[in-house]
Amino acid sequence: MLEVSGITRIFGGVTALDDVSFTIGQGSVTGVIGPNGAGKTTLFNIITGIYNRTSGSVKLGGKDITGLPPERLARLGMVRTFQNIELFGAMTVLENVMVGLHTKSSSGLLACSLMMPWSIAEERRIREAAMHWLEFTGITGLADDTAGNLSFGKGRLLEIARALAVEPRIILMDEPAAGLNSQETLGLAQLIGKIRGMGITVVLVEHDMELVMDVCDRIVVLNLGKKLAEGTPREIQENAEVIAAYLGDG
Amino acid sequence: MRRELLKFLFFAVLILAAPLVFSGGYLMNVLVFVGINTMLAVALNLLLGYAGQISLGHAGFFGIGAYLSGILTATYGWNAWLAMPLAALVVGTLAGLIGFPILKLKGHYLAMATLGLGIIIYIVFNETVDLTGGPSGLSGIPNLSIGSLVFDNDFKNYYLIWTFGLAVVLFCVNLAGSRVGRALRAVNDSEVAARVMGVNARILKVQVFALSAVISSLAGSLYAHTMTFVSPASFGFNFSVELLTMVVIGGLGSVYGSFLGAALLTLLPELLRGAQDYDIIIYGGLLMSMVMFMPGGLVRGLPELFRRVARRREGAGNA
Repeated sequence: MLEVSGITRIFGGVTALDDVSFTIGQGSVTGVIGPNGAGKTTLFNIITGIYNRTSGSVKLGGKDITGLPPERLARLGMVRTFQNIELFGAMTVLENVMVGLHTKSSSGLLACSLMMPWSIAEERRIREAAMHWLEFTGITGLADDTAGNLSFGKGRLLEIARALAVEPRIILMDEPAAGLNSQETLGLAQLIGKIRGMGITVVLVEHDMELVMDVCDRIVVLNLGKKLAEGTPREIQENAEVIAAYLGDG
Repeated sequence: MRRELLKFLFFAVLILAAPLVFSGGYLMNVLVFVGINTMLAVALNLLLGYAGQISLGHAGFFGIGAYLSGILTATYGWNAWLAMPLAALVVGTLAGLIGFPILKLKGHYLAMATLGLGIIIYIVFNETVDLTGGPSGLSGIPNLSIGSLVFDNDFKNYYLIWTFGLAVVLFCVNLAGSRVGRALRAVNDSEVAARVMGVNARILKVQVFALSAVISSLAGSLYAHTMTFVSPASFGFNFSVELLTMVVIGGLGSVYGSFLGAALLTLLPELLRGAQDYDIIIYGGLLMSMVMFMPGGLVRGLPELFRRVARRREGAGNA
């Protein structure tokens, strides 16, 4: 499904990522973990087209997507969420999700401005689909609230609803549990289960070990820009190198 | 969507009925300009209020529309109804071509680039004397006409301008509430998230920049045919700033706010005429306090003010 091979990224003289490779299977849930500064978020930004890589390549479903911008990736079925939640703060919750349906609709500037019958019909379809995703994530009641006023937990759910509206094949979540209380984290774990149930491949960068061990099939461990280990949660928990990296000294 | 339509109908009736109250005299002339400025402010608001991209060069697009219409009709004897869309097409293409590289810039840099663009256009108006008549202007531009109906007085021009004005308002209200309008606001709120959702921010910004320029050009053509005379002074940097002020005072991201801003800034200098040389101080003071106390613009600030006054009255009644 997703093949990352030999990704290297050098910022100035600092090697943030050094020859990182791994493969993620269709429909699986994979966690990318590692101590602070391991290069997890940089890796995510490269895969999702936000940063450019120095060398290496990324393939999605066999197609080379290296260096493609995020708007192209959305159309190929890849979407992501952000560590610090990137909502459209001035818009309503429903409108946020409606933006997620951008690639699933096609009315252009003129058709919209002239209120062509097909663009009105499309607008209704967008609204209904958006409501479905609000229901799916359990925030229907907030539809008309301003997104900027949401609590962090609800904002996270909205971000996921909006990402699902793109109808992705793969969703990458950057620290989805950051800032959530234990109750909310539990809900998140269930939601990830539901997403995987739809056949969507999930990749998460996460610090919350309990969540990672709970929901992931496979785990990739990064340390100082290099891949340290890869395996099932059990294998990772028993890996001496991983334990050493987390405890500080090897 | 139905609510938006009702709002528009209410606005349209208000505009179309206004001459019954204010008919005749100098005021009609000012209201014609409110119409032209509304078109310009609404166009700039699409760019600034919705897409979050600044332009300090819009007076230039307005000017090119006016001059192209003026030159084609007065010098080359074209039909005005033919010159107008051609001017709009030329301006739209130009804006698209220029927009593509400069809309890569953000914030202050975009402001500087569009400022430069406006200044270059202004210099061209002044220097190409053979075409534009230079600083002394271009005269003898014919009025618009349909058959035997010639739009040669303020009353007729009011309805001419506002037919276009209302069409522009409806066009932009529709756009704002649509898929494309949402994508614009999304780019304004978080460009990176909008792109992750599949919005091609770059193309969208260029499209809106071009659309905004086309509407400005249309307003320019109408201005030329209404005034029958154009000179560079009307299309300088000052006017670009005035348009920006209309949009901000009226309310960013509100089409009707742009009308309020345009109306206020067009009427105010006329109302302050009695204050003689002090008018500029009153004008400046008003603008400053408005930005300080109504940061959301008139369209959000006025209802809030009414509510506060009503509450105070209620309070006084109880005491």
